[in-house]
Amino acid sequence: MSEDSGYNFAYLDEQTKRMIRRALLKAVAVPGYQVPFASREMPLPYGWGTGGIQVTAAVLGPDDTLKVIDQGADDTTNAVSIRRFFAKTAGVATTTRTEEASVIQTRHRIPETPLSEKQILVYQVPIPEPLRWLEPREAETRALHALGDYGVMQVELYEDIAIHGKIKRAYDYPVEVAGRYLTSPSPIPKFDNPKLSDCPALQLFGAGREKRIYAIPPYTPVRSLDFEDHPFAVDHPGHPCAICGDTESFLDEIVTDDAGGRIFVCSDTDHCRARQEGLAHDDAA
Amino acid sequence: MTMPPDAILSARDLRFDYGNGQGVRGVSFDLWPGDVLGIVGESGSGKTTLLKLLGGLLAPSGGSLSYRDASGELLDLLALPEARRRHLARTELGFVHQNPRDGLRLAVTAGGNVGERLMATGGRHYGRIRQSALDWLTRVEIDGARIDDRPTQFSGGMQQRLQIARNLVSGPRLVLMDEPTGGLDVSVQARLLDLLRSLVADLGLSVVIVTHDLGVARLLADRLMVMQGGRVIEEGLTDQVLDDPREPYTQLLVSSVLAA
Ligand SMILES: Nc1ncnc2c1ncn2[C@@H]1O[C@H](COP(=O)(O)OP(=O)(O)OP(=O)(O)O)[C@@H](O)[C@H]1O
Ligand SMILES: [Mg+2]
Ligand SMILES: [Zn+2]
Repeated sequence: MSEDSGYNFAYLDEQTKRMIRRALLKAVAVPGYQVPFASREMPLPYGWGTGGIQVTAAVLGPDDTLKVIDQGADDTTNAVSIRRFFAKTAGVATTTRTEEASVIQTRHRIPETPLSEKQILVYQVPIPEPLRWLEPREAETRALHALGDYGVMQVELYEDIAIHGKIKRAYDYPVEVAGRYLTSPSPIPKFDNPKLSDCPALQLFGAGREKRIYAIPPYTPVRSLDFEDHPFAVDHPGHPCAICGDTESFLDEIVTDDAGGRIFVCSDTDHCRARQEGLAHDDAA
Repeated sequence: MTMPPDAILSARDLRFDYGNGQGVRGVSFDLWPGDVLGIVGESGSGKTTLLKLLGGLLAPSGGSLSYRDASGELLDLLALPEARRRHLARTELGFVHQNPRDGLRLAVTAGGNVGERLMATGGRHYGRIRQSALDWLTRVEIDGARIDDRPTQFSGGMQQRLQIARNLVSGPRLVLMDEPTGGLDVSVQARLLDLLRSLVADLGLSVVIVTHDLGVARLLADRLMVMQGGRVIEEGLTDQVLDDPREPYTQLLVSSVLAA
């Protein structure tokens, strides 16, 4: 128990953490497979990342440095309160710098800075089942996963092309992990999908309300579903970031005034900051 | 079980009970390649139940069911692993439900409905899937311009033809049909029957077709089985059963139609 907070380290009791770690080990052993776990009540409402928080609590040690992002930003209410929560209950160091963090909890983005083998990326997942909208029956989705019977997902993509001329899904774009399980990457933009594959960091996914944990171990191949003649592709809006000028990062559109003025800036605030500092440095040199 | 060497499907003593004494009580028959077997009988006699047993939509409580696949291998359908059973069901078999809504994905376009079997068996080329869908829509007399419409925008007859295309796209060898012309207007029925007759002949399909319309049976079926109370009470060549029925029940069945 940490002395000043009155909570057990990282809030959850040791028995619960062990239970979550067992689920995590199973998830790592079967990449992309959704492992059920006994999700606990957390002092935050569902939708605030209770699944991700429980996973973070189970993997966090006293020497870790935690970074929390929400849509790429470290300074949103959600990111700030989760960071404070662990600073208080675990007394761990926190950071906004991607390269300094050993554990990164995220909602809706993968950092632009390439991750390393020393890092764990924890995703907050609202709906872990990629087949949920196509097949509402839980018993049947389990059977489809067990049999690797994923034609119905391909039909969904066919429909996009037939109706919109291309695969329209921009977020939560379904992937096949390690050539086996169809998996939801959580609502990250499909722009981030290529970063899922062959990533040196351990990627863990926690869905609190749905009580599921899954994982993509380091250096696991992850393939975004597509058709041979409509291959998976990321699209970039084409503008550079209005602040740092990056032409390759994922951009958020920001409305700047009532007259409909808008700019595009990096969604990854740490990445944008690092580039600005680099540019200032180059200018000084 | 023993299966005649040239049969495609053999059922022996198939049984199923809904738990209320109703169902199928011991049905045996052999089906030959290219054979069209009609199942007739009054409402509640067990026709749909038998067809569902044959198609793997219901698991029998007893009996055996063997199928000879395209490679000539003899398969015990009741002991087949689930993955193999599903694969077979979407490649070599077809099941046409009486109500097309049970056999179609209503939220998916006509093209997606027809293309599903191709995608479920590894088809990953959009252009080729779409071309096959288009070919099959044309073949069942649905205007290709409707390929991106949903089945809910189709008439009953079109829905039934779409369901047939969705089954035939994989080149099945055995097609099970439950009252495929039921619930349709007479003129629509006649057109569908014509289409079915030519498809079955052109593709050399083996067919088990359930109907209570003896006119449909006469037009499509080579052989007939007459069911009553979950059992087959008479079987034979269609003309023979309809023109010269042995059993009193069949005589009633035939005469009630003649009287109509
Ligand atoms: N889900 C069910 N639960 C209980 N009994 C059922 C069920 N489905 C069918 N039955 C009963 O089993 C018997 C056979 O039904 P089945 O649907 O096979 O008949 P059928 O010959 O196809 O009739 P119809 O011509 O009306 O379609 C009937 O007595 C029916 O009431
Ligand atoms: Mg019936
Ligand atoms: Zn920027």
